This record gives sequence, C-alpha cells and structure tokens, in this order.
Amino acid sequence: MENDVAVLGVGMHAWGKWGQPFVEYGVAAARSALADAGLTWRDIGFIAGGETIRNGYAGYVAGATFAQALGWTGVPVATCYAACAAGATAIDIARSRILAGLCDVALVVGADTTPKGFLAPTWGDNPSDPDWRRFRLLGATNPTYLALYARRRMELCGATEEDFALVKVKNSKHGLANPNARYKKEYTVEEVLESPMVSDPLRLLQICATSDGGAAVVLSSMDFARSHGVPEPVRVSAVSTITPTFPNTVIEMPNFSTDSAATVAPPDLPFRDAIAAAAYEQAGLGPEDLSVAEVYDLSSALELDWYENIGLCKAGEAEKLIRDGDTTIGGRIPVNPSGGLACFGEAVPAQAIAQVCELVWQLRGQASGRQVESARVGLSINQGLFGHGSSVIVTR
Amino acid sequence: MTVPAPGVRLPAIEGWFSDTALLGTRCGACGSYFFPPERTFCRNPACGSADLEETELSRTGKIWSFSINHYDAPAPFTGKAPYTVVAVELATEQIVVLGQLASGIDPATLKIGDEVEIAIEPLADGADEVVWKWKTT
Repeated sequence: MENDVAVLGVGMHAWGKWGQPFVEYGVAAARSALADAGLTWRDIGFIAGGETIRNGYAGYVAGATFAQALGWTGVPVATCYAACAAGATAIDIARSRILAGLCDVALVVGADTTPKGFLAPTWGDNPSDPDWRRFRLLGATNPTYLALYARRRMELCGATEEDFALVKVKNSKHGLANPNARYKKEYTVEEVLESPMVSDPLRLLQICATSDGGAAVVLSSMDFARSHGVPEPVRVSAVSTITPTFPNTVIEMPNFSTDSAATVAPPDLPFRDAIAAAAYEQAGLGPEDLSVAEVYDLSSALELDWYENIGLCKAGEAEKLIRDGDTTIGGRIPVNPSGGLACFGEAVPAQAIAQVCELVWQLRGQASGRQVESARVGLSINQGLFGHGSSVIVTR
Repeated sequence: MTVPAPGVRLPAIEGWFSDTALLGTRCGACGSYFFPPERTFCRNPACGSADLEETELSRTGKIWSFSINHYDAPAPFTGKAPYTVVAVELATEQIVVLGQLASGIDPATLKIGDEVEIAIEPLADGADEVVWKWKTT
C-alpha cells in the first residue's frame, strides 16, 4: 500500500519496578531498536517522544530529553501526550513525517517511571482539573470505571468472574517466555479468584499494575528500507488516532457523565469499535485478516470488550472465545501473546509502542516461546484518557 | 476566609447541584443536556450555540452499573473504603451520571436497573462539604 511505512527496528527495556529515571529505559530501548535496524542514532532524521507526566519537566519534553541523552545531532523533534495512546500518537507523527517526505528514518521512544499504587492526579491541589475532581467528589479511581464496565458485561452478556479469571490465566501463561514482561508467573483460576477484591467485581489479579519500562521503534520509508537491504520489512499499514463522535454514550475516565443522546442519535459505532474500524479502513483489511492482536487489558474484563470492539466476534460472544481457547496461542486468533498488561503492568507512554514491538516480533517469527504461527497481520488497540483512540495495524 | 453559619452546608463544588437536584445546562438551540454544566458553547458539533440555560436534571434514574471499592482512593479523596460509585441513567436527559452511593445502603442489595434518587450528603463522614449521591428508592 502506498501509505505504508517500514518498521526497521524495535526494542524495549524490560518492564519492572526498577526505580531508575525514565530516560535510562528510553535510551536503552532506543539503542536496542537502532541496533535491530542496523542503524545508528546519527542516521535518524526525526525523533518523536511519548511524554510522561509523572517525571518532572524532563518528562514533559521527553522527545528532547531522549535526544539529549542520545547526543544532540540537530534532529527535528516532537513530544506528544495522549495518555495511554501517547505511543500510537508518536508513531503517527513519525509516520506522517515520513509519508510527507520530510525524513527517511524516524525514531519513536516512550518510557515511564511510575509511582506505586493507584494512578492519582498529577498537578496537586487543583479543583479546576477534571482528574482532581473525580477523585475528590467520587473517589473514582481507574479501576472504578473498569469495574463499571465489567459489571455491565456480567449483566448484559452473562460474563462470570471465572471468565475474567480465564483471561488472566491465559495472559499469565503467554507472558512466561517474554523476556520483557514484569510478571512471569502462571496463575490458576482459583488463585485469581482468591486475590483481594479491589473494585468489585474486579480483583487485584484482574487489574493491571503500573510499571517502569521503555519501548522504541525505528520507522522508515519503503524506499529507504529497500536501499537499506530490507526489501520485505514488516510495515505499519494503519494508525488510527480518532476521537469519539458526539454523543459518546459510554461513561469514560475521567468524566462524570456521558454525552446526552436526548436530541442527537448515538453514532452507529461506539468509540472503541470506531477506533478499530478506522484502522481497518486505512489498511484495507478486516478482522478476518488478523493473525494476532495486542489489546489493552487494563482489566481482564476489558479484554473481552476489546474482542468485540475489534470484530473477533459479535457483541456478547467474547466469553465463548475465551472459554474455547480461541484467543490462546495455538487458537483461532491469539490475543496478547506478549502476556499483555496482565504481565507487564502499564508504563503509560511506552505501552502502545510496546504493543507494536510485540506485533513486529510476531510477524518476523522472532517471538521465541510465544510465537503465533505464520503471523501476517497484527492489530494493536487501546484508548487514552479524555478520548484518544489508538490502533496500529502491521502487515508483512 | 468566610465562615459559614451553623447548619449551612458548603457544596464540595460550586454550581453543580442545588439542595435537591443536579444542575446541568440545556442548549436552547438543539436541546442537548450537559452535566457538569457546560456554560460556554453547546458541544453538539452540528450546533455550537452559546444559548445554554441552567436546568435541574431528573432527580431519579436507573442504575447503569456500580463499582464497590474496597481500598481508599488517593488524595484528594477524603472518604474511607468500602465505598460505592454508581452510574445512573437519566431518562429525559439520556445521559449516565456518576455519583457515590448514599450512606446507610448495603451495596450488596443493588442491581442494574434499580431506581435511585439523588441525595445531598456530606462528602465523607464528618465533612463540612456536601456532594450529590444516589440512594435507592
């Protein structure tokens, strides 16, 4: 496709709770991606950084922070923040620069160092911040919203706590062989269901942790890839960064309410479905073409929602997929072969890039111990706070 | 600092609720409702009118979903776990609004679809500030 760009290199710093400055993880991931691409930092014509909001000013200008740490070369830079979607947005900026002919090769980096416990408002005692207000007035943590969706799913689709546990069990098994995963322990349904209840109906082992980590990709034009001796690279064939369409009738973090559907009918596709649909349309592909998917399992229940949002099954049928093992490696359409957020925890500005790293390894056949056989098309998806869509389709 | 007279209840946030109802706005041009009150321009992209009027929202609605929290949320939350957050569908406005569950109600008795009614209660036990909550009818 004429709008494809090549993925020449991918790299990560392992997820964990290392307690080091985020810059170290970003630089390690960047160097790893550059080595994977067979390029040096001085070959890079553009750098995009995913911003981290919990690491002081250096985090707000992450693109320049990484560039300084790698050594100033005069390369143009952009830094972007889109919450969980920051990595996909950074990839989209880099892709656009390449497709516009403004550079041949771009480096995209995201890294985070996160505090322990619930993610909390960042900007201090600031009643004008909607994020401050939801904690102050409601105590509405992120798991609070995830639990609202989970209970709704139980009511409408007949999901059970066991179904949610099965997602964690599957992902914990997938992540065992992933050297970059933070949690490498295989759980049983019983262990998941015995873990402490956090936001009923979600338990501790069904909610993703917050982690430190870094991820990077090197993108280039298809012409550059060919001249670099990579005639058949894994390609980025779509990046969807759409916003919702009014009225958005699903209650979203960090909002107090949905939009009103009193006078305007809701859009045909709810936001999460629309994120995937936009990616499929760009790539000229559909759910039937997928070999593998990396979806944002902030909770194990949310993974089931994503199955339907990306068209792996009809609404209300995701429980059957997980029960039948369809989304396990070896099944019809493996989901989160990396182990997902269940095994990583979330390093916000790095996570969407990490999803793409995994898909690239899968499509190259380099996902040792967790390889999806003959993977040709992969989709990643997630959603950033306040309405940032994020989906990337890679093809081979 | 103004010291309130005894018995006067301080809203935890200005302009979002009265003594008896949530306060939203309604667009005079297209009829869309907004909560929290939108006071500048209508957010329906086909409208954009500046004609937004304050209006009391429905005092009752149906439970869309709820979440029972067993750990204290971080600051600036001042309450104590366990506490429950309820998402409530308002029929006239066709919106879903969050709120804490009112005190003295066992969340184990809640079901999706149950009718609830607004209550104005202290933000947390012993707090001077009040906020809207939802109680079963």
